[in-house]
Amino acid sequence: MSEFFAMSGYARYLWPSFGLVLGVIVLNVVLAWTSLERAQVQARRRLEMRS
Amino acid sequence: MKSDEYTVAWLVARRDLRLAFRKPSQLIQPLMFFMIVATLFPLTLTPELSRLRDAAPGVLWVGALLSSLLALEFLFREDAQDGTLEQFALSGQSLTWMLFAKTCTHWLLTGVPLAISAPLAAGALGVPLSAMPALVAALLLGSFAMSLTGSISAGLTLGARRGGVLLSLLTLPLAVPILVFGANATQRAITGDDIAPPMYMLGAIAVLGATLAPLAAAAAVRIGLE
Amino acid sequence: MSWVWFHRFGSPPWVYGFARRWAPWFGGVAAIAMLVGLYGGLVLAPPDYQQKDAYRIVYVHAPSALLSLMIYTTMAIAAAVGLIWRIKVAHAAAAACAPIGAWFTVATLGTGMLWGKPMWGTYWAWDPRLTSELVLLFLYFGYMGLRAAIEDPQKADKASAVLAIVGVVNVPIIKYSVTWWNSLHQPPTRLIGEADMAGNMVWPLITMFGAFGLYFAAVFLVRLRAELLRRERNASWIREVLT
Repeated sequence: MSEFFAMSGYARYLWPSFGLVLGVIVLNVVLAWTSLERAQVQARRRLEMRS
Repeated sequence: MKSDEYTVAWLVARRDLRLAFRKPSQLIQPLMFFMIVATLFPLTLTPELSRLRDAAPGVLWVGALLSSLLALEFLFREDAQDGTLEQFALSGQSLTWMLFAKTCTHWLLTGVPLAISAPLAAGALGVPLSAMPALVAALLLGSFAMSLTGSISAGLTLGARRGGVLLSLLTLPLAVPILVFGANATQRAITGDDIAPPMYMLGAIAVLGATLAPLAAAAAVRIGLE
Repeated sequence: MSWVWFHRFGSPPWVYGFARRWAPWFGGVAAIAMLVGLYGGLVLAPPDYQQKDAYRIVYVHAPSALLSLMIYTTMAIAAAVGLIWRIKVAHAAAAACAPIGAWFTVATLGTGMLWGKPMWGTYWAWDPRLTSELVLLFLYFGYMGLRAAIEDPQKADKASAVLAIVGVVNVPIIKYSVTWWNSLHQPPTRLIGEADMAGNMVWPLITMFGAFGLYFAAVFLVRLRAELLRRERNASWIREVLT
């Protein structure tokens, strides 16, 4: 098991790489969601102002 | 009446040249900027000529790019502000050709003087005399290409806030190939290698730019004027 | 076969509904595919003869690179469609692509640096592929910066469309840089047919390509909804969608 994590000595390049990409993946989901929520709030406000 | 595109282009070019010579100080500024940038490097890096010579291609070309960015401010801004650009767009004549003419005169007024006086700065950076003709030739082609790519970003940033900074940000990615090949040509000239490969690439970029950039610039200007 | 289904893609309310329905599915399948691909790449695939386990970075580096290029191309095509045929949905699509593409360009550069250090001895080299990928990042930033700097939304759409189209010339440069020039970065690896990679190394990679593609579709559809809402000022369909 520790062999797996050591990745024949390349662990300190490999795991940060995967961590970076995982971070980008998660971040993009979060950013997309918040962008949608903000757009919905603004659209609602515009609707209210009109009516 | 729809004039011949060449006539229109020539008229625009003549107008731009006349206007530019009424304010010669504006022409000197980019050149002075280039000289200052080139001299800053020996001051801050090292006075050792051999080490400066290694850095010379990069310094010269980055200096040329920065000077070109500074000069791009003058390409469309005044005409946009006083409504001339709008008249061009509405005139029914080819905006593409008019902008091409403007870009060419811009190059004649900024790029050509820079290329011709570059040997001064290059000599101060330890570049040998044998490399000077190649340097001037590469800078002539490269500055032409830079004016063309700059015309696109200048057109795009006409309607933008803080257009100046954005102009530089937009021009930079498009100018990278010019920098790469130009610096390569200069480096090869210094070491005495064959300069043909990068010069051909510079030429290709210049030709591609000359054919396509005015189209994109015209589209950008029309969008900005809407 | 009618053109009706094609015209639907130009209708903001239809696209909004499509995006709302399908994004979760794309996301779910993407997540499963990613887990399968990661298991295949990290556990099942054998170590490389030369690079030992370091080569496994390919399982995130190559898909990220593919996304960075594919998203830019999608953005440029959407921008062109929006510019030529004046279709608002197309402009919204282009805007939705940009931040995702920029982030995956960062991921590509980052994982590339982490792979380069053990393999080439350096985090960075000014070789054609790396340099043009960096230029791609600048193009994404320029695109988003231009959008942000122009007040009028329609002008912003059109101006950034011109920029996206002009910049697309960089994409083939990145792709073919390793064939055209002597590059530090390795040349293309054939995956199928006369493959340069062993079979049990290839299938996780292809799975990851698919997973990242589906993931992009999911996130893109979410962002597309936001962009559509921002562009629809008076439309009545918004009222129904929000309540």
